[in-house]
This record gives sequence, structure tokens and C-alpha cells, in this order.
Amino acid sequence: MSDAITGPQDGSALLPEADELYHPHSWWTRYVFSQDAKVIAIQYSGTALAIGFVALILSWLIRLQLGFPGLAAFIGPAEYYQLITMHGMIMVVYLLTAVFLGGFGNYLIPLMLGARDMVFPYLNMLSYWIYLLAVLVLVVSFFAPGGPTGAGWTLYPPQAILAGTPGQEWGIVLMLISLILFIAGFTMGGVNYIVTVLQARAPGMTLMRMPLTIWGIFTATILALLAFPALFVGAVMMLLDRLLGTSFFMPAILEAGQRLRYGGGSPILFQHLFWFFGHPEVYIVALPAFGIVSDLISTHARKNIFGYRMMVWAIVAIGALSFVVWAHHMYVSGMNPYFGFFFATTTLIIAIPTAIKVYNWVLTLWRGDIHLTVPMLFAIAFIVTFLNGGLTGLFLGNVVVDVPLSDTMFVVAHFHMVMGVAPILVIFGGIYHWYPKVTGRMLDARLGQVHFWITFIGAYAIFFPMHYLGLLGVPRRYYETAGLGFVPPSAQSLNAFISLVAFVVGAAQVVFLFNILRSLKHGAPAGGNPWHATTLEWQTPETPPPHGNWGPTLPVVYRWPYDYSVPGAPEDFLPQNQPDPAHAGAVP
Amino acid sequence: MALILVLIAVGSVAFHLLSPWWWTPIASNWSYIDTTLIITFWITGAVFTAIVLFMAYCLWRFRHRPGRRAAYEPERPRLEAWLTVVTALGIAAMLAPGLAVWSQFVRAPADAAEVEILAQQWRWSFRLPGADGRLGAADIRHVGDDNPLGLDPGDLAGQDDLVVDGGDLHLALGRPVKLLMRSYDVVHNFYVPEFRAKMDIIPGMVTHVWLTPSRTGTFEAICNEVCGTNHYAMRGRVVVEDEPAFRSWLDQQTAVSQRAARSTGMREAGMRRSATNKR
Ligand code: HEM
Ligand SMILES: [Cu+2]
Ligand SMILES: [Cu+2]
Repeated sequence: MSDAITGPQDGSALLPEADELYHPHSWWTRYVFSQDAKVIAIQYSGTALAIGFVALILSWLIRLQLGFPGLAAFIGPAEYYQLITMHGMIMVVYLLTAVFLGGFGNYLIPLMLGARDMVFPYLNMLSYWIYLLAVLVLVVSFFAPGGPTGAGWTLYPPQAILAGTPGQEWGIVLMLISLILFIAGFTMGGVNYIVTVLQARAPGMTLMRMPLTIWGIFTATILALLAFPALFVGAVMMLLDRLLGTSFFMPAILEAGQRLRYGGGSPILFQHLFWFFGHPEVYIVALPAFGIVSDLISTHARKNIFGYRMMVWAIVAIGALSFVVWAHHMYVSGMNPYFGFFFATTTLIIAIPTAIKVYNWVLTLWRGDIHLTVPMLFAIAFIVTFLNGGLTGLFLGNVVVDVPLSDTMFVVAHFHMVMGVAPILVIFGGIYHWYPKVTGRMLDARLGQVHFWITFIGAYAIFFPMHYLGLLGVPRRYYETAGLGFVPPSAQSLNAFISLVAFVVGAAQVVFLFNILRSLKHGAPAGGNPWHATTLEWQTPETPPPHGNWGPTLPVVYRWPYDYSVPGAPEDFLPQNQPDPAHAGAVP
Repeated sequence: MALILVLIAVGSVAFHLLSPWWWTPIASNWSYIDTTLIITFWITGAVFTAIVLFMAYCLWRFRHRPGRRAAYEPERPRLEAWLTVVTALGIAAMLAPGLAVWSQFVRAPADAAEVEILAQQWRWSFRLPGADGRLGAADIRHVGDDNPLGLDPGDLAGQDDLVVDGGDLHLALGRPVKLLMRSYDVVHNFYVPEFRAKMDIIPGMVTHVWLTPSRTGTFEAICNEVCGTNHYAMRGRVVVEDEPAFRSWLDQQTAVSQRAARSTGMREAGMRRSATNKR
């Protein structure tokens, strides 16, 4: 395969013949054990959305208990903790990370860069199958004796592996094994994305001509390759503590009056490892979302993204800074409190490039020609929720303000806005945007509108008021708050309201599912470039693109990806592979 | 869409102003935290409203109409620089007071009284120093049926310590107190919403946090770090009272030596020290 690689400069010399590509020989190798990045992308997304639906149903059950305590007799405290743990872990790792990198990454990197496929297709296939195995191990843990782990998605030891926590028998072991598999599988995919971006771009596609989607995914992948090993190490060590009785994270411990055979380990060490992964993880999810949203806004506002170079540097700066802020999750963890000065400062500094991104999205709308298509609606909703969640991040990052708020519902509201709702809205927007390329058919816009309005307004109504519960002091991860004197009865009414909205929002996702399935057969034919977009994936000779993407010759890139509404040009977009020197944009 | 965005901006501000859910009345010296929080609310609230309203305006003003064409405007370095500077100033306006308060938070006054909190699945115990004003050493190795907190029998400073096992913790109004916290099983967190302060409790080490109670009353203390199945039920109470009431409560507590005197092991040491405990 490596001879299919085309370097950016010497590309013309190395144009591969179409028949040099690996070709599938049977239905099995074409659709199941496929090495085509586009098929792998669909496999990744399908699996991730399926397990994501499980996590959504778990969130219903959580909300059932919080809104109407005791109504569901089968949710006791142990079950409740298992629900929140599995919900959180699935959403963050198995849904969001997998969809953005495995799904969008696989589909878009080769197509947007004008490559025929990923550089290591076999490894790419392996990446998916190991991911699937990780998901299956996770699912098995639901049925294991003792059930899945209820340690919270942060899995803090010692409690994660002690008997006072549900799922101590098998749940935690399977969870750790599943994470280890996930990371191994992801690493195979990640190496692939990076090498492909660096080595397989079409002639003329310089780094500063890459769409921001690719910049986001590329940077996020680098972050993931640097951050996941910390979690990997933590998971392996905890597994050893649990199975072989080592004491990496275990100090001397009394359980039911008995001294356990542990001693000398450090629980805080695990927290550092976890958050060294955990904070960059936020950006592993957010950076691809940033990139995608930039492209959606630019395309549907028919205007170049404002300040492209600033946007690229902001992504890179955020990526780099995200490795020096992790302990803002540990202000009240008992670590040396003087760390607080450093981590509060870095955390608030990272807000500056983040704010620049928000300004530039909004300024892209200014004097645009705004088409409120369904993808555009989702992109705008993303800005609102991300802005909201980013601003509450300033509360939690500013060490002393975090003290009363940490581990309350304020935190739950904050991270759902910023890394729950916001990226999910981008995933939806991205699916509405690229579905026509993947299937050749449009999604139904009216169903899309229904799905959008319920999801956006609903999600805001769920999580905005929740901040105020946290301000009141309502702790997170509480099976019930009954009996807490500082929680007034009205707070319970608010909880019931939030739960009702959550049920509606969850149900609205069925509309989306229905739309996806129905449009496969009945959607309006899309043509090759329904949105009149400039980037390469819309310029393929065939839609959906076949294996190899480009027919006999690779595209050649002449311009940046944002030549919308160039003055004097006949149409309001100039595709990246269109020479037209008369209308070369203002930027290379 | 533009209309909805306006409603979101206005609605969020209205909710903020009208909502009945707000923090509990403060009962410690950490009103600075509340002040910083309010500053942050103002700055972030203004930014949120401004950006959402600006976006709403754009969506309405530049909506697609037949024949409309967008402007071509890749960059405006001056504007970008301005926005960066203004943002940095806003950030500094929040960070500076935050760090100033934090530097108080991390430095307990030298005269703060020490109180120990022992967290275990899923209950609280407390220990106050006796007349010598010092807490004796303790370690998991010494824990036994008659020594639930694991006091070191060899450390005489511990003999007059007062152990509250299962009852409420009392604190004196207006007296700075440094809470020294330990756990023998998993990570917990001691949080009294009215005090604003909280800190994790980590097995194998001693963590601490300090505050000065500023209001009398009975407050709930909750565990605020997930610690197993009954985490949500790990609750305790803190009573803040004026100095005389606090003194008389102290007098009713039993010293370690007196408890020990009832059993074996520490008897001798107990006899010797019990006299000094009578205030
Ligand atoms: C309609 C959608 C959702 C609803 C109603 C919902 C609701 C909840 C609730 C009620 C909790 C428990 C809060 C607590 O007491 O600690 C929770 C926890 C959590 N959720 Fe969601 N959630 C949703 C979507 C998401 C998404 C998309 C993500 C992806 C980032 C996510 C990530 C998490 C995480 C990480 C936790 C923390 C779990 C833990 O405490 O260990 N949720 N969610
Ligand atoms: Cu973080
Ligand atoms: Cu606890």
C-alpha cells in the first residue's frame, strides 16, 4: 500500500495507478472486514451510536431516580451508581471519541485531503475490530455477576476495587480491560490518521490549505496519542492492584474492621494519571467539533471562515495548553494546594484561544449569506451551548470559586453543556451535512427541524437550570437528596421538570434514527455537491465515492478551502481543485 | 432562529435574576469566595448575552434572500488583536481576585485550633485536642475495638484528646479552626455548603482546610466525593455556637484516657492524665 502514498510536493511524480490499490474480493472483505476507510468510518459510527443509545437510556433511568425518587423500585443506590458510571464512560469514550476520530476522522481525512485511503488500511481495519471488542467487553460487564462497576466514570481507587462499591467483583475488571482494548485499538487508528495527514495529501494541499475539520481531527489525534497512554498505565496498574494484590494506588486500608493486604500506594497518583488523560480528552472531543463547526458555518453562511490562520493557531495552542491544566480537576483533591496557583492560571489562559474561536465563528456570520439549513442550525446551537459551558468553565477553573462548586450539580451542568450537548450537536450537524455524500441521498429536512428544535431547546432547558442546583450546594452522584436541610422542596420540583424534559429529548432521538433509516431508500437524491461546498470530498467523480475515491487521477489543489463568494467569480463558491487563477482568493 | 436566540439570552438572564435557587446563607469567613463568584457571574453573563444577541442580529440581518451575496473578508488582524486583548483583560479581572483569595485559603492562621475529622464508609468521627491544645499521633496500625480512631498509645499528647464518635461536631463562633482530615478506607470529602469550603480526604495521608465560623446554627456536613454504595447517606452535623456554649459542650466529652480506662491497655497512662482533663 505504501506506494499509494503521495507526498505533498512530489505528488505528481507518484500518482498511483488505480489498480495498485488493494481491492476487496468478496462481500465479506468489502462490507465486513473492509479496509476501506469509508466503510470503517460507518462501522465505527454505527457501533458508537448504538452504544450511545444505550447510554441515553441509562440517562433516562438516572433522571427517573433524580426527578421521581423511589418511583422505580429496581433502582437502588448500587444500581444508581452503576447507571451513572456506565452512562458517563460510554458517552465520553465509547461514543464521542469513537464517533469523532473513528467515524468522522476515517471518512473525512482521505476525502478532504484528496487521498485514496488511509496509509495503513489493514491496521485501520484492525483498529475497528478491537474497538468493537472493547465495546463488547463493556456490554458483557452489564451481565457479569455483581453487575458493572459503580465507581463513577473517574474510577478513583481505592474505592473502585473495594467491596463497598458495586461491581467490585467483575465490573471493574471488565471495565479496565475494555479501556485497555479501546486504547490499543485507538492507537492503531490514530497512528494512521497522523501519517495520512502528513504523508498522503493531494498535490497542492499544503498544511495551511487543509480544512479546519482536518486540523481539528489531526490535532485531537495527536492529543489522544499523548494522553491515552496515561489512562492505559493507570488501568494496567489498577488491574494489577485488583487482581494480583499489588499496591500502586492502595495505601494501608481497613475494610469492615480488617486490615487489607495493601500498603504504601498513592490514591492521588491515579488521579493525576486519570486527569492527565481526562482533561485532554475534553479537547479530543472538542477540537474535531471546533473544526467541523467551522466548516459547517462557513459553507452554510457562504462566507470564508473569519481569521483562518488564527483559527489554526488557536487549535494548536489549545491542544498544547491542554496538557498543562489537568489538575484543575483536583483543586480540592488534597494535592499540594500551591499547585492551585499554577493550574488556575494556565486554565484561564486557555480560555483566550478558545474565546478567539467563538469570536471568529460569530464574525463569520457577519455580512454572510446565511442559509438556515439543518446542519447550520446545529452549528449555531453548538456555539450557544459551547459558549455557555465555556463561560461556566471560568468559574470552575478559577480555583477558589471551584471550591464550593466542585462535585456539585454545577459541575454536571457545566460539562454536559460543554462536552456533552455541544459536541453531540456537532455530530448531528455533521451527519446532516455529510449524509448526502455517504449515501447519495438527503436527510429529510422537516424531520431534521423537529429533531433539532426539541434537542436544542430541550438540552438547554435540562442543563441551564441545573447550575443553580449546584450553586445551592446539591452534590452530584447522590442517589437521593431527601433529608438534606439546605435543599428546599422547590429543588425537587425543578428536578422533576428537568427529568420530564430529558425524557422528551431522549424520545426525539427516535425521529433522528427514523430519518437516517428512511432516507437511505426514500431520501431525495443529493447529487455530488448539494451544499455547493468547496472542499474536496464534495468534488469526487462519483457519489457515494467508491473504494479509491478519485477514479484514475488524484485531484490537484489550487486554493484554500474557504473561497466562498469570491468577488467577481461566477458562482458563490470555488472548489479547492478549481484552477481559475483569475479569481484566486486573497489568501493562498 | 434569531428570535429563539434572543429568547435564550433574555430568558437566561431572567432565570438568573428571578430563580429561587441561590446559595445558602454563608456561615464562614469565606465571603470572598462569594464575591469572586459574583464578579465572575457579571463578566461571563455580560459576555454570554452580548455574543448571543450579536449572533441573533447577524442571523436576522444577513439571512439568505434571493440575490444576496456574502462579503469576502478573510482576516482583520486589528480586530482580532483587539478582541484578544479585551478577553485577556476580562480573564485577568477574574483571575486576580481568585488567586488573592486562594492565597488566604491555603495558609491557615497560626493560632487556628486543630480538629481532626476521620471519615470512614459511611460515617464521620471527630477528635478535638484536650487541655494541651495538641492532637496526639494516630495511625491505622493502632486501630482496635477500643481505639476506633487509631490513636498511638505511646503518644501522651493524645491521652487528653476528646473523641466524638457518632455525634455532632461543635465549633466555636469566630475562632479559626483547621480541620485535619484522615480516612482509613477510601477517598471522601467533607463539605458544609454554608462554609463554602471543602476538601477531599485521602487514605494514607492527612489533608486539611481552614475556616472561621461566622454564624451560629446547625449545619449539615455531607460527603462530597463518591465513596461507595452509601455515599449519598454519609452525612453529619456541625454545630456552631458561642464560646460559653462550646466550652460546656467540650466538658461533656470524654477523653481518650477515660474511655481507655474502662478497658485494658491504656489504663496506666489514662490514670496519669485524667486529672489534667478536668477543666
Ligand atoms: C439527554 C442527554 C443527557 C442527560 C439527560 C444526562 C444526564 C446525566 C445525569 C443525570 C448524570 C448524573 C449526575 C450526577 O448525579 O452525578 C450524568 C452524568 C454524566 N454524564 Fe450525562 N446526560 C446526558 C448526556 C451526556 C453526554 C452526551 C455526555 C458526554 C460527555 C454525558 C456525560 C456524562 C458524564 C461524564 C457523567 C458523569 C458520570 C459520573 O458521575 O461518573 N452525558 N448525566
Ligand atoms: Cu479539564
Ligand atoms: Cu464518603
